[in-house]
Amino acid sequence: MSEASGSLRTLEADAAARRIRRNWLLSLPALALLLVGASGPLLIVLVYSFLKPGDFSGVIWEPTFNAWFQILFSRDIFDDTIGLADAHLTIFWRSVRLSLSTTLITLLLGLPTAYFIATRSGRQRMFWLFLITIPFWTNLLIRTFAILEMLRNEGIVNNALIDLGVITEPLQILYTDTAVLIGMSYVYLPLMVLPLYAAIERLDFRLVEAGYDLYANRVQVFRRIILPIIKPGIVAGSILVFVPSLGAYVTPRVLGGGKNMMIGNFIELQFGQGRNWPLGASLSILLLFIVMAALLLYVRASSREEPHG
Amino acid sequence: MSDVAVSAQSITKIFGPTEGGLRALDDVSVDIRTNEFFTLLGPSGCGKTTLLRMIAGFETPTFGSIILDGKDITTDPPFRRPVNTVFQSYALFPHLTVAQNVGFGLEMRGKQKSEIGAAVAEVLALVRMEQMAERYPSQLSGGQQQRVALARALAPRPSVLLLDEPLSALDLKLRKQMQIELKRMQLETGITFIFVTHDQEEALTMSDRIAVMSAGRILQIGAPREIYNAPANRFVADFIGESNFLPAEVEGPAAVKLGNGASAPAAMPDGLGAGTRVTVAVRPEQIDVCPEAEGILSGTIAELVYFGTDMHAHIDLGDGATLVARVTARSDAGLEKGGRTGIRFATGALRVVEETA
Ligand SMILES: Nc1ncnc2c1ncn2[C@@H]1O[C@H](COP(=O)(O)OP(=O)(O)OP(=O)(O)O)[C@@H](O)[C@H]1O
Ligand SMILES: [Mg+2]
Repeated sequence: MSEASGSLRTLEADAAARRIRRNWLLSLPALALLLVGASGPLLIVLVYSFLKPGDFSGVIWEPTFNAWFQILFSRDIFDDTIGLADAHLTIFWRSVRLSLSTTLITLLLGLPTAYFIATRSGRQRMFWLFLITIPFWTNLLIRTFAILEMLRNEGIVNNALIDLGVITEPLQILYTDTAVLIGMSYVYLPLMVLPLYAAIERLDFRLVEAGYDLYANRVQVFRRIILPIIKPGIVAGSILVFVPSLGAYVTPRVLGGGKNMMIGNFIELQFGQGRNWPLGASLSILLLFIVMAALLLYVRASSREEPHG
Repeated sequence: MSDVAVSAQSITKIFGPTEGGLRALDDVSVDIRTNEFFTLLGPSGCGKTTLLRMIAGFETPTFGSIILDGKDITTDPPFRRPVNTVFQSYALFPHLTVAQNVGFGLEMRGKQKSEIGAAVAEVLALVRMEQMAERYPSQLSGGQQQRVALARALAPRPSVLLLDEPLSALDLKLRKQMQIELKRMQLETGITFIFVTHDQEEALTMSDRIAVMSAGRILQIGAPREIYNAPANRFVADFIGESNFLPAEVEGPAAVKLGNGASAPAAMPDGLGAGTRVTVAVRPEQIDVCPEAEGILSGTIAELVYFGTDMHAHIDLGDGATLVARVTARSDAGLEKGGRTGIRFATGALRVVEETA
């Protein structure tokens, strides 16, 4: 009896080992590509972050922590005192704030949208999903310039507000954080809607009925039943929006102008006019860590989920 | 509290356009008494769930009204009705533990934590699930989930409990056991149960009264015995238990002439004149086989179907009609396929039934 079950286990273990070997072989090309395509450049960036900037561009091969130091502190050119790099902190703070706001706005807009789509019948659903994905077909730059056209002082938004008599002077929306926020919310909204839709579509609406049956009103049903069950979709959508928002480059550049920089623009600056490749490299690595921390949070949040049926 | 817990008054439900839509319920009226175990019984698609959902508040009648404890609740939303449902799919909240599921209704009613805790413990004991309070629904077997669904619906002490085929997903043995327990819980709690099933045996064992439904109408309401022994029409006679139907002609106030001209006593509604063509129903267990010469009818045994304690003898009467007689396995002596046999009816076996369209 024990012998039989022992050999059975061995057979199972063998099969599992074979399966793993086979899967490894199959994923080899992808792994190779990832290794060369992602890890290679990343390694270069990591190495550069510990070097000295070249006089005009590039790096000087001399190891130093200077670039990492510069992220947070600056040395006064005149008296050599060390102070916090206020400008950098402002940019970080703006990036995090705008990314969080974008996530929140897309969540608030995306939730009812996804709910609406998920509760349509089959054909209508396809239609609405199709509409949601249309923006993906157009170049990001072009869409961003379209937003710029709408937000500028003589743009459609200001004209409409003036015509309606809400304001007399055009609002300066363009080249403010608000413009960046509007642009990013627009660009990343589909990334929020799609995972939310997937979660709501899977929601068993009989649970909603059960909630009503047990004296929960609409708000309570939403908070106590729908929200916890679609939480994985909310977290996924938030990550999908927050991560690219944080590294956004085109949108803040076009709609924020030169002044309202975000981390992405600041990094670009170091490789261009700033002529400080190591600082750009260290900032890139830092950004990567922030993103990884966010992903880790996501994994933690979703694995703490209770077992579902 | 009034004698009538729920009263459905002339309920018509039409899905789709009022003209030409699907008529799921057609002028249904029924009074369900306080503290009774009432069953809606009927074949698939006859409108049982629709009627139940209207009492729960998930559906609004196209015409008619629903009265609960003397109050018109026709348009009240489900969360304002003191009515709870045990869903066929259980619909347990996957993200809540058993105890949280069971306490949900009380919590929504704004009860104190301590009160909820005590009530949950009490109901879990009633359904014998005290040990599972901290588990999640996905960690329970089908039968256990069923009990939790029941406990969840019972915990807020509704005045009426609605059960939509709650046992249909269980295997036969568990089902029988749950039937007994459901009945016990109904007696212990004194809550009015409205139970939906398409299983006539289940309905007969558990119910105080049964409403037999077909195609959006209620055909007969009565106690199980009444419905079984005195079916109002052919559909009820056929759906509840098994019945044989024979063409006959009314001979007198309580007698019919059968196909071969033999006359037999039969129960019948008043007002049927002699000579009227009617259908009589007779249960297989009310038919006795006997030597051919002693029978009121006779025929050839077309089939013998053995099933444990009993046997069904399919008897070809020769004029196109076939009767099924139930014969105890002990007394099958002499019966064989192709042989001739006589038939007698037990007293009160024949009953004239109204033909249903
Ligand atoms: N929401 C709906 N829209 C359209 N038709 C419906 C709807 N709900 C039910 N029906 C129809 O109404 C009729 C009665 O349905 P109902 O669910 O009440 O049947 P039932 O007696 O519960 O059957 P079952 O035993 O199969 O559960 C069916 O023909 C069904 O197709
Ligand atoms: Mg049903």
